[in-house]
Amino acid sequence: MTVASDNPRLTTQVNGGDTLVTLTGDWTTQDDGSAAASTAALFDRKELTAIEFDSSRLGRWDSSLLVYLSAVRNGAAPRSIRVDDSGIPIAARRLLALLQPQAAPPAAPPRRPMFVERLGLRAIAQWCELRAVTGLVGGQLLQTGAALTGRARMRRVDFVGCMYDAGIAALPMVALVNVLVGAILAFVGAIELRRFGADIYIANLVGLAQVREMAAVMTAIVMSGRTGGAYAAEIASMQGSDELDALRVLGIPLHDYLVLPRVLALTLMTPILYLYGSAIGILGGFAVAVSMLNISPELFVAQTRSAVTMHQIAFGLTKSIAFGALIALAGCRIGLKAGRSATDVGHAATRAVVVSIIGIIMLDAVFAVCANALDM
Amino acid sequence: MDPEHNEPVLQVQGLAVGYGDQDVQHDVSFDVKRGSIFAIMGPSGCGKSTLLKALIGLLQPSAGAVRYGARDYWALEQGQRDDFGRGFGVLFQGGALWSSMTAAENVALPLQMFTPLGVAVIDSLVQLKLSLVGLDSGRGSMPADLSGGMRQRVGLARALALDPQILFLDEPSAGLDPIAAKRFDDLILQLRDGFGVTVVMVSHELPSLFGICDDGVFLDAATHTAIAHGAPSRLRDSCDNPTVHAFMLRERPAGNEAPA
Repeated sequence: MTVASDNPRLTTQVNGGDTLVTLTGDWTTQDDGSAAASTAALFDRKELTAIEFDSSRLGRWDSSLLVYLSAVRNGAAPRSIRVDDSGIPIAARRLLALLQPQAAPPAAPPRRPMFVERLGLRAIAQWCELRAVTGLVGGQLLQTGAALTGRARMRRVDFVGCMYDAGIAALPMVALVNVLVGAILAFVGAIELRRFGADIYIANLVGLAQVREMAAVMTAIVMSGRTGGAYAAEIASMQGSDELDALRVLGIPLHDYLVLPRVLALTLMTPILYLYGSAIGILGGFAVAVSMLNISPELFVAQTRSAVTMHQIAFGLTKSIAFGALIALAGCRIGLKAGRSATDVGHAATRAVVVSIIGIIMLDAVFAVCANALDM
Repeated sequence: MDPEHNEPVLQVQGLAVGYGDQDVQHDVSFDVKRGSIFAIMGPSGCGKSTLLKALIGLLQPSAGAVRYGARDYWALEQGQRDDFGRGFGVLFQGGALWSSMTAAENVALPLQMFTPLGVAVIDSLVQLKLSLVGLDSGRGSMPADLSGGMRQRVGLARALALDPQILFLDEPSAGLDPIAAKRFDDLILQLRDGFGVTVVMVSHELPSLFGICDDGVFLDAATHTAIAHGAPSRLRDSCDNPTVHAFMLRERPAGNEAPA
């Protein structure tokens, strides 16, 4: 009796308890049919005791033949059916011998913890993270003191490099963003103020908004995108290539060597960039005000000088120092705790930027409340 | 031996490779016969891996030709080269697994991209390739959680994913312990015998070279060219070149002895 199967490259011939499987044609992964050959029809018959193969008309073959043969073998074993592999090409028999007869059952998926358990684990993780961050901030403060007296293991060349990266290299971007923000403020203000004949107060609007808020916040956001993200990505990829371990075994403290120069550089450079951004922003406002409104350049300058006091500048400076430290600490901390894969580097960079921006806005709100309470 | 066995599957003719103006190797010629295990040997830094890059399409040679059968590989258009390159399986140094995917996903990706097969069939092929290299249990692990030897084997399973005609191995047994290295060598032999693939391997592990390679080329770091051809064991026994001799016998070359 010959049974045509669902696969054109396969005929089965039944002779009592014996079944002869004849393999014909090409069995390659490049066409769907052969690899998908099912063994279900073969094992349907109850009285089956032995399976033999005839491969005399078999064409080219590759792994897809092995998939079929190993499925036959694995199906036959629990039913105690004898598989006679003498009809299989010798090369395929050798490869088949490499395969373990019975694949181990896949491990059961780990139990999903209950809600309360997850909440607890989460809380513990957050608590640990808070402790680690506190430790990092405290350590940085102590090390800053050490660095100032030259006792920290920080190389000057790293520090200078970080200052260049976080300072001069950032100037064009900070300038562009701030000049546009200043100009936009002036545009928006000009329309409203002209209706009240209060044209001259455009200088107050631009000056105060830039110095108190916009220059500090916009500069910090630019820095978190270009520098904070870079810190996280760099440290995370060092993690992936065991560079951090190499530093650890040499006894070079990661915080001194990697974190300290970055935090110091960004904390020093952000206020400088802020001052530059404020000036450039006011310049943007000045250009718009002078060209759109009926204000002379001298008047704009005089009005700005009377509106923007040293107090305001000090307030903005304080904020930008805090922002700089925040961005650098967030970037380094997230880089240090990142995983080792390529995806982890991407995640670390994204997280550093997101955490920095949210942190900047929240810190800014705290500053606003404090300033209000202090009546500044 | 049947005549088909002697036909070269890969011919390298007067090849020069390098970076920028600097040639790492020049005037390298050799033939790789079908079904052989061919060794690219030489001291560290002589340009073995660089030469391999030129064979698999990662580095344009500055002169010479790489022929697969009748085809001049580097004369093909980029798109044709990519199609042709799917017939190669490449095991990179250390595995070069995609770190964001599990072992099984690493093996499955080429199959998903370049075959018409369904999910279930791909799954059984992946299972097959991983158990061929003896890694049934590690299929769900991420590369970072695997040991060096396991990563190497997953890399081999991935190189075998598309049933390649030629398998390129870059330092396959580097970093493996002697037993694991021997097992890996045996595996390569069994795969060659089973699938009939041609194997080109870069190596300076003497036991592997003597154990499984039946042909090869020796690249010299000083003269920047090939200085000997033949099976590693034959070079060990009969090559007069002092560098090759010292390399094969694990000695210091003459005139470079340590002071007493």
